[in-house]
Amino acid sequence: MTNKIMCRMGDGERVWLPSEQVKEDILRGTQDAAERAHIPELTSEDCERLFDIIADPSKVVSVEPGEEVIVTDDAASMLFYADQENSGQGIPMSRTQSLLAYERACAADTISIGHTDYSYKQVKPIINYETQEYYNASQMTTAPFFYGSQPNMGLYFQPDGPYPNPAELLPEGKISQALEAQEIALEHLADDLVYIGKRMNAVGCEGFNFDTAASAGDADFKATLKAVSKLKEVAPGMSIEVGMSSEFVMGMHGDMTYNGKRLAGLYPHEQVKVVEEAGADIFGPAINVNTSESIPWNLSRAVTFVKATVAVAEIPVHPNVGMGVCGVPMFEVPPVDAVTRASKSLVQIGKADGL
Amino acid sequence: MGTGDIFGMPTAHVLASAMGGIRTAGDLVAWMQMTRKMKIDEAKTYVADKLGIDVIALTDEEIMRQVREDLDIGIITSVSGSAKGIVAKWKIAELLDIEINSVNLLKSKLGI
Repeated sequence: MTNKIMCRMGDGERVWLPSEQVKEDILRGTQDAAERAHIPELTSEDCERLFDIIADPSKVVSVEPGEEVIVTDDAASMLFYADQENSGQGIPMSRTQSLLAYERACAADTISIGHTDYSYKQVKPIINYETQEYYNASQMTTAPFFYGSQPNMGLYFQPDGPYPNPAELLPEGKISQALEAQEIALEHLADDLVYIGKRMNAVGCEGFNFDTAASAGDADFKATLKAVSKLKEVAPGMSIEVGMSSEFVMGMHGDMTYNGKRLAGLYPHEQVKVVEEAGADIFGPAINVNTSESIPWNLSRAVTFVKATVAVAEIPVHPNVGMGVCGVPMFEVPPVDAVTRASKSLVQIGKADGL
Repeated sequence: MGTGDIFGMPTAHVLASAMGGIRTAGDLVAWMQMTRKMKIDEAKTYVADKLGIDVIALTDEEIMRQVREDLDIGIITSVSGSAKGIVAKWKIAELLDIEINSVNLLKSKLGI
C-alpha cells in the first residue's frame, strides 16, 4: 500500500488514506473551524507538522521529553469498576482502591472521584456519603484530588425534575413558558452546585470539577458560571475546573448573558474568557468529533480551536480528550494510535497546558 | 479526559503526553496550575526552581525518584514509612509555598 497512511475515521474505523487526502482533510478541518469561529486557520507549518504526526508509521506516538503536560480527568478512576455504558472494566474495586490504582499504577498527575451517576443533581441527596468518601480518600492520596460531576440542567426538567421541559414546550410554540422554565431551573441548579461545592470544601476538597458544562445550553452554562463565581467567594481554597460539552454553546434560551456577554453561540476562545471571569482555575474545551469525517479532519479542526483558545487564555487550558471529543474517535475502546496522535497534536501544535 | 476504557484513554494519554504524576513531578506541576492558575511552562519553571533542578529533569525518573525520596514528598514505590497521602501533601504545600485545602483542614483540626 504505497503512499497510503493508516488512519481512523471519527467512529474508530481503520482506513488507509492516500497522503494527498490526509493533507486535504487536515486543510478542510482547519478551514471549517476557522470559518465557524472566526479564528485563524492552522499555519502551513502546523498542517505539515500535523500530517507528520498522523503519518508516523509507529502505532503509538508521543511528545518529546520536556514537552509533557499534566492530565486532569472526570473520574477516570471510575473506569476500573464502572459498567459498559461508561466504558468501564467492571473490576470489583472500591472507589478508593481505584483512585490509588490510578494514582500509583497509571501515574496520573491528578485524580478524581465522582458519583457513578455522574450528575450533580444525583449527588445532592447522597452528599453525606460523597463527602465521607472524599475525605477518607484524601487522607491517602498524594496527587491533587478533584471531586467532579456534571451540571446537567436537563435533569431539572420533567419527567426527571420539577420544571416543565423546554424540549417539549418549544415544538408546541410555548416559547415564553420554555424560557421561563430554563430561567427558574438555572437558579435551582446554581444553588445546588454551590451547596455541593460548599459541602465538599468543608471536608478539604482540593479541586472541584464541572464536567460537560453547557450540555443543556446557555442556561446550563450560566448556572455553572454563577456557581463558580459564588464558590470562589465562599471556598477560595478549592481549585475549580470547568470542562465544556461542546465547541458551541447552544442557545436553548438565547438570551442568557454573563456580565453582559451573551452565552449562546460562544466558541472555545470566547468560552474561556467568561470562565476566567467567573474565577475558574482551569478550562477544558470540548470539540465534538464528526464520526463521518476522518480523524485527520477532526484533529485538525480540534487543534485549530484549541490553539486559538490557548492564545487568549489567562488560565491553563486542558482540552477534553475522552472518546468523541478533540480528535479521539467516538468508540468505547478508543484506538491508541488515534488517542496518542490526538494527545501529541494538542500539546505540540495546540499548545495545551494539559489534557 | 473523559470516557473510553482505562488502557485506551487515560493510560494512552498519560504515556503520550503526561508528566507521570508522583513517578516524577507531574503532581507538583499540577498543584501550581490549580492553586496559582499557572500555564504549563511557568508551572514547570516554578517547580524546577523549588526543587533546584533543570526543567528537563522534572520528568526524568532517575532524577525525580531520588529527589522525591530525599524530600520525602511521596514516591511511586511503596517504601515503608515514607510520606504518603496527607503527610506528603503537607510537605508539598510547604515545599511549593502553596495552600492545599485538605492540609489546611488537618491543620485546623490540630490547632496549627
